[in-house]
Amino acid sequence: MNAIENVSRRGFLKVAGISSGTFVLGMNLPIASAQAKSSAAGLSHELNFFVSIASDSMVTLVCHRSEMGQGIRTSVPQIIAEELEADWLKVNVVQAKADAKYGSQGTAGSASIRSHFTSIRQIGAVARDMLEQAAANIWQVQRNSVKAENHYVVHTATGEKISFGELASHATKLTPPDSTTVKLKSSANFSLIGKDVKLVDLDNIVAGKAQYAQDIQLDNMLIATIVRPPVVGGNLVSFDASDALKVKGVVDVIALKPRSIPVTTNPLSGVAVLANNTWAAIEGRKKLKIKWQDGEKASHNSSKFIKQLAKQVNQQGETVAKKGDIYSHKYHDKNTIEATYTVPYIHHAPMETPAATAIVKGKKCTIWAGTQNPQWAKSNVAKELGLGKEEQDNIELNVTLMGGAFGRKSKADFIIEAVELARASKRPVKVIWSREDDIQHGFYHSISANYCKAELNGKGSADYWVSRNAYPPIGWLWNPEAKMPSDDQLALGFGDIPFALNNLSIEKHAVDSFVRPGWVRSVACINNGFALGSFVDELAVKAKLPTRQMWLNLLGDDRHVDPNKNGFKYSNYNLALTDHPVDTKRMKDLINLISDKAEVEQELPENQGWGISFLRSFGSFVAAATKVEVVNNKVTVLEMHTAVDCGIVVTPDRVKAQMEGAMIFGLSIALMGEITVEEGKVQQSNFHDYPVTRMNQVPELHVHIVESDAPPGGIGEPGVPPVAPSITNAIYHASKTRIRDLPVNKVFAV
Amino acid sequence: MIKITLNNKPVELDVDPQMPLLYALRDELKLTGTKFGCGAGQCGACTVHLNGTAIRSCITPISAVAEQAITTIEGLADNNGKLGESAVQVAWREFKVPQCGYCQSGQMMSAAALLKATPQPTDKQIIEHMQGNICRCGTYQRIKAAIKSAAAHSSNSDLSASHSTANKSGVEIFDASKQGA
Repeated sequence: MNAIENVSRRGFLKVAGISSGTFVLGMNLPIASAQAKSSAAGLSHELNFFVSIASDSMVTLVCHRSEMGQGIRTSVPQIIAEELEADWLKVNVVQAKADAKYGSQGTAGSASIRSHFTSIRQIGAVARDMLEQAAANIWQVQRNSVKAENHYVVHTATGEKISFGELASHATKLTPPDSTTVKLKSSANFSLIGKDVKLVDLDNIVAGKAQYAQDIQLDNMLIATIVRPPVVGGNLVSFDASDALKVKGVVDVIALKPRSIPVTTNPLSGVAVLANNTWAAIEGRKKLKIKWQDGEKASHNSSKFIKQLAKQVNQQGETVAKKGDIYSHKYHDKNTIEATYTVPYIHHAPMETPAATAIVKGKKCTIWAGTQNPQWAKSNVAKELGLGKEEQDNIELNVTLMGGAFGRKSKADFIIEAVELARASKRPVKVIWSREDDIQHGFYHSISANYCKAELNGKGSADYWVSRNAYPPIGWLWNPEAKMPSDDQLALGFGDIPFALNNLSIEKHAVDSFVRPGWVRSVACINNGFALGSFVDELAVKAKLPTRQMWLNLLGDDRHVDPNKNGFKYSNYNLALTDHPVDTKRMKDLINLISDKAEVEQELPENQGWGISFLRSFGSFVAAATKVEVVNNKVTVLEMHTAVDCGIVVTPDRVKAQMEGAMIFGLSIALMGEITVEEGKVQQSNFHDYPVTRMNQVPELHVHIVESDAPPGGIGEPGVPPVAPSITNAIYHASKTRIRDLPVNKVFAV
Repeated sequence: MIKITLNNKPVELDVDPQMPLLYALRDELKLTGTKFGCGAGQCGACTVHLNGTAIRSCITPISAVAEQAITTIEGLADNNGKLGESAVQVAWREFKVPQCGYCQSGQMMSAAALLKATPQPTDKQIIEHMQGNICRCGTYQRIKAAIKSAAAHSSNSDLSASHSTANKSGVEIFDASKQGA
């Protein structure tokens, strides 16, 4: 955010959507009605794209990132309000539409705060600086004799003060300072960051008033449900809609346009039933007769494929990172172990299935969607409508709350479907996905195999280490020739192994893709973290050491590891290694913390065991500990802990909530999450055959947050990777059965 | 015409009698607080009350509830009829239960029905009753805590206990007016 423009002459309320007519997300925010009225009625002064102050002092802050349950609509305004010195009780929040002027809106990679903390602070600081300057001008005093405090600017010598509301109109006449030179608060003076404020959406959610993409209602709107080709790359041969059209309420049946490989993030084609209500659309859909052509991906069988991947990783692959020489070494069998781990396809299954609503009139388009990436969706829609880059402003994309996303809603396929059908039907169209649609036509976490081999060195550590993996890469979406994961994907807990090893080889394999691969919460850290966390435990068992000690020994001395030194181009989640180092001390501290807090080395009854694991990901350090009992072939998870060091914490309760959620998400992955594919078709369809964690499977959960002044790391994803291996390690220590192939329910009842 | 009592008000609907209550609520009556999650009675996101008992509205034909009383999240209220102030809603705010919030209407409706039938549920009863409601964000631990708090709070108010009694029992009374924006 190098230039924050003074745009006071443009009506902020219009920009934020407050005054426009139909459905407006901003109107559904928890603005107490009296406050909303006063702000809307009074003059509003925009200090920059994000900050607007009404003459009655109500501050309106824009959240430009998308809310999917992580609490970002609280945390972003909280950071701006901190630097602005605003009173949180006088802050309204409105959701940004898709607009490049906000900078990146792509809410993925746990990046909102870790990558934008400083620029978000600068937004508030620039506005505060302008208010202070305005007050200094009014009083005709030195700039440094005034100071913003709790929604006023105070003249420190006299104690005289002017409210933000009174200053706003003066401030808008000023030129904003350079955002990179404006002074930010010292963390010691934070009054909002690190404190739990009232969550912006809490009251509306609890009252049932929160508005998600599924909830959009427009006059004259049709509801569309789509039957998609069962095999990726397949297409329609023919269809008979005559019976469907007889269903009362069905208005039209429309074939979506054919699509081909590369599938990108486009829709999958299909046949849509459009109706006056959801039930008619569902009933009409049942009566469609469709003939598909499946295409080449119909050869895919996931149970055979995973065996093939497992075989592959037992062979030497292409070097990702290398140190010393692991291949001319003669291994001593009694000190050497090797293991192959597999993880199946996994699906996001957010509680809200994908949904989007669109109106298309000529070259104009209005959209309401829950999307993690509003600007990307907008440019995809522009392409769909044949609009040039300069015509993109014809598209208005309103971002709704998302009923969960976990990566699924970064893709714009369901939004393009709505646009395609709204254009064809010339009416507003809401596309809704059934749960079966969601589970069978997803962008899945890739099926994978990981291999590890190490030789113990007699000092409770290892000198020789091999890691390999093989899985369909996400790049295949755009490039059918892509068979290897990109360096960015390999940076996810694989190319960045932080151990003090003299001889290391990290290798990748070429793999074909058959279903759409996607980003699922923590992405390749799921499989890489499972392999790493499991293998360290296996080494500990082999060396007859507590698992904690094996981690500490492997990590070695306190130091900052540079994975680039082993020839790997390490992107570090797009963070500078100087700000976000691969810091072995923080790792060891966390492993000690979780081991002590959970008392993982305590004596346990027979059939019970503790397991621990750790992974640094998305700029944060997370360790997990799980206690299980295994009796009569049934695993019961008794207790779980996570410890997180994510640097500066903005909203502590939401960090805790994300860790709690990560344990539950990790439980699903470990115990029962599995998508299988036969003849190219996903076999699961709803929660009966794609089970996710329910309350009866939830143990006591504990979260330990490390206090830190380090730059913030991510929080949405990093909790997930260490959870599954902590569970399977615990199962080993309880039962002596090593689970190397997820999910656990292939072996034990759960 | 199908007549129901919805949130204490009479409503008439001219729809396919087989239409599940969920779509009647959402599409016809524009009450979108009740959510679609699975369409198969497996996840509980669509939970509403039929004569005070929790049902899954996604698999309940509208004709099956004719002439009966339906309560949705929009009609959930405390004993004095104050909307949004039922014991579970107060507790849900106190424990900051929701993450994405999408399943929470259903969770609260299930919890309210549980407390109506079993004012002081054991942990086992809570789990048995609530395991039909999925939360993919993983808010289960807070849901459990909120239900226990709501149970304690209701019992105090049922006994017409003074605030001081409630405070002595360690129940924290949430005051929305003291919270931020």
